[in-house]
Amino acid sequence: MMQHLPILQVIVPLMAAPLVALLRGREIAWLATFVVTGVAFAISLLLYFQVSESGTRLVYELGGWAAPLGITYVIDAASVLVLPIVTGIGFVVTLAARHLVTAEIDQRDHALFFTAWLLTIAGMLGQVTTGDAFNIFVFLEISSLSAYALVAMGAGRDRRALPAAFNYLILGTVGATFYVIGLGLLYMLTGTLNLDDLAVRLADIEQTRAAYMAMAFIALGLFLKMALFPLHFWLVPAYSFAPSAVSALMAATATKVSVYVLVRLMFGVFGIGFVGISQGLGTVLLTLGIIGAFVGTLAAIIETDLKKLFAQSSIAQLGYMAIGIGIMTPAGLAAAFIHLFNHALMKGALFLAIGVIGAQTGRATMRSIEGAGRQIPMTMTAILFGGLALIGVPLTAGFISKLYLIRALLESDLWILAGLTFISSALALAYVWKIVEAAWLKPRPEGAPDLHETPIMWLPAWLLVVATIGFGIFASPLISGAMQAAMMFFGGQS
Amino acid sequence: MLHTETLVYALLGLPLLASFGVLLLRQWPNLRDGQAVLIGLLTAACAITLFARGADGTSLTLLAMTPSLSISFTPEPLGLLFALVAGCLWPLATLYTIGYLRGAHEDNQTRFMFFYAIAIHAAMAIALSGNLLTLFVFYEILTFSTYPLVTHKGTEDARKAGRVYLGILVASSVVFLLFGVIGVWVIAGTLDFTAGGILAGKIDPIYVPLLLGLFAFGIGKAALMPLHRWLPAAMVAPTPVSALLHAVAVVKAGVFTVLKVVIYIFGLDFLSSTGASEWLIVVASFSILAASIVAMRKTNLKARLAYSTVSQLGYIVLGAALASPLAASGAALHIATHAAGKITLFFCAGAIYVAHHLNDIKDMDGLGRRMPITYGAFALGALSIIGVPPLGGAWSKFMLMGGALDGQHMLVLIVLMVSSLLNLVYLGEIVLRGFFAPAKAGSVAQGDYAEAPWACVVPLCVTALISIMLFFSVDFFILKFTG
Repeated sequence: MMQHLPILQVIVPLMAAPLVALLRGREIAWLATFVVTGVAFAISLLLYFQVSESGTRLVYELGGWAAPLGITYVIDAASVLVLPIVTGIGFVVTLAARHLVTAEIDQRDHALFFTAWLLTIAGMLGQVTTGDAFNIFVFLEISSLSAYALVAMGAGRDRRALPAAFNYLILGTVGATFYVIGLGLLYMLTGTLNLDDLAVRLADIEQTRAAYMAMAFIALGLFLKMALFPLHFWLVPAYSFAPSAVSALMAATATKVSVYVLVRLMFGVFGIGFVGISQGLGTVLLTLGIIGAFVGTLAAIIETDLKKLFAQSSIAQLGYMAIGIGIMTPAGLAAAFIHLFNHALMKGALFLAIGVIGAQTGRATMRSIEGAGRQIPMTMTAILFGGLALIGVPLTAGFISKLYLIRALLESDLWILAGLTFISSALALAYVWKIVEAAWLKPRPEGAPDLHETPIMWLPAWLLVVATIGFGIFASPLISGAMQAAMMFFGGQS
Repeated sequence: MLHTETLVYALLGLPLLASFGVLLLRQWPNLRDGQAVLIGLLTAACAITLFARGADGTSLTLLAMTPSLSISFTPEPLGLLFALVAGCLWPLATLYTIGYLRGAHEDNQTRFMFFYAIAIHAAMAIALSGNLLTLFVFYEILTFSTYPLVTHKGTEDARKAGRVYLGILVASSVVFLLFGVIGVWVIAGTLDFTAGGILAGKIDPIYVPLLLGLFAFGIGKAALMPLHRWLPAAMVAPTPVSALLHAVAVVKAGVFTVLKVVIYIFGLDFLSSTGASEWLIVVASFSILAASIVAMRKTNLKARLAYSTVSQLGYIVLGAALASPLAASGAALHIATHAAGKITLFFCAGAIYVAHHLNDIKDMDGLGRRMPITYGAFALGALSIIGVPPLGGAWSKFMLMGGALDGQHMLVLIVLMVSSLLNLVYLGEIVLRGFFAPAKAGSVAQGDYAEAPWACVVPLCVTALISIMLFFSVDFFILKFTG
């Protein structure tokens, strides 16, 4: 049983999805989904302990066929960081989905909703675990197609969800196509799709133009998928018009998985020695990352719709991850992993808390939260803590992220970029404080509907808030895990 | 016999205990406030004991956040002095707060008392912090915990003030200060406060002024011009908050941090040998004079006192920038003497407001005859700020001048003298108007003896007496710094 964990991680939610579609009862469909995501979370934790204890990576050969003929599933120091965050967030958001989905989705569609929900989670887990480049594409499409459907389900409340989902579909497909074109070139050059095998064979043909083109196509496709500036325009409408539960799940996990795939392919396959990586990709990521950080933050400051506001902030946060990767040192890559993990926690908490408001008022806007601090204190406090973490206030996970990102920048003598990063992160105060003032310092407007909350509504957001603070105080395991993962991509030496 | 460790935990824990007590006893205002004063007195006792005992090399690590960073506390003389100031003024400020809040019928008293205690906890943690990370963490907690106090009234003005307050303090700290902290971490490989500094020999002297600038302007709480605006803006808050900001915790935490960084991160010898702080002497001198001139033009009593604080903080930054042991000792002493003097002035301003609802100096002609105790205490506080014996402020100014002479900074000497004159003008005016100007017809100054409630008057008398006491027992408070 234990040796099958790598494949069970993917196959459990994948197989459960069609079964859930058959469950017509609303409660039972949710319960089945909840149990399945819980099992997936448990598996990912088991995998984490297995890998971190043994210090080696697990390679699972599907059907007993050895690579490069068969498909492998690989669990290593990097994937055990991402798997628990995807499954953990999936689990907590599913807990919240019970009341969010009841409030926002037509009852007839619940079973289908949870089917798509499990599929998108399974697709993400597949991308993280598989050791095969084409398999990544397949899982990418599984998670994306189901995500398009999930976003479109927001149409029951707001018709604008449909164009948002359509845009998302078009751009997502373009991204996936770029990826598969690059992959085609690689296959043509090397005759293999296994990631380890690709890395070995690419070493011989590093200097060819075709290899550069392959890298460029793959990188561009993934930039689109991870919503790196200026390829981020699909993200804000998709996240803001999707049902609240979907926004929370995707904001916390979807783009992170694409970041992970980018790192896996660029560092794990092409490698730091590849000229296009060491000289081209780094500069591109640093430049786009810092511009994205400013653009996202400034857009968030002027935004009045909370979902859009935090979606814009996601653009900025992805910018920081891009900067971490772009530094091209183990310290930078570790910082990107740390932030990937921490940001998932904070954004999950924020979107879940906003969901509590959105489920009652339709859309959570600055106006609808005026004076809300007294009516729904737990929910608003969750937003406050999530916001503080985004600014990078000490004792939150965001502080640890910033500390290590800046340190990596300074160690590489990128002083100006460090200064710019500081400024953009300080600007986050403006959009967070706008919310605090509205919620606590303004009275509830006359005639505004009363908001209410029950523990079951705020508990999921608070689970993630507690995690955000916990990882802000006890950061050691995450940091050493991220360092280990980064070292692995740099061939074990610093 | 208490262990040093126990006392450190007590100093950190007691304010937290008081804050929880406030929450638990919110239904019974007398119990709620009574326990806060009692715990405050206990804190003061601990602070005095620990200061008298001095640093003995004890270091506590509360928790290791990451493999190389930890939250730890190491008492050392400067920190103990700050803890002493905060610890002794806290119970007085609490007592005063009770009188003020009840006298002025403020809402949300429980919330107010809660965040007040949290702010003291943060100040204690800053005072005892063993490394820059700990200091930074609690520096931020202090900012956020005082925000609800500044915006206590919840009006549009209060919101605006809160925005300025938070904007300047958080932005400067997360942009410049954190930059400096991480810079030191990368350069020196450690963040521990170490006697003699940790940077010597690890950094190219060309970059030292730049790094010092990150700290000088990153520590917004030190209110060095042009980062001073949050302090006058925060005047909209109730007067006990002003006392907290100006005397007990906030600005003192700022200048304390500047001193601590200069002494224990840069090292006095390293700074004076590289001349990296010369520019800061100029900036601090400018801040001293400019703020005094602005203060003269203000007729709102609290605004005038606020600019006076900006000016006085300049003295302490100046003492740090002079980078000589004598000037640093003077600056440290000035933390204590200014705290005692300024808290007296603010207590008086608040007492005047509670008793007669006056804010403007022009309306206070002749008021001293109705409130002789308040005005007497005000006069003592003012004389201490000006630096007249026999009040504590005389010593710290004297030592700062000595430090300036040591370093051959004649201009600084002139700045200090001119500033003392300006202090005399703008603080003296208030006292003279109060006692000697004829009361305007129809003003509240006409009438019989009318002081504020006793809970306001007692603390201001005590702090005025402390100012005198500081003059005669100054030996106890002078810290010796070497290189």
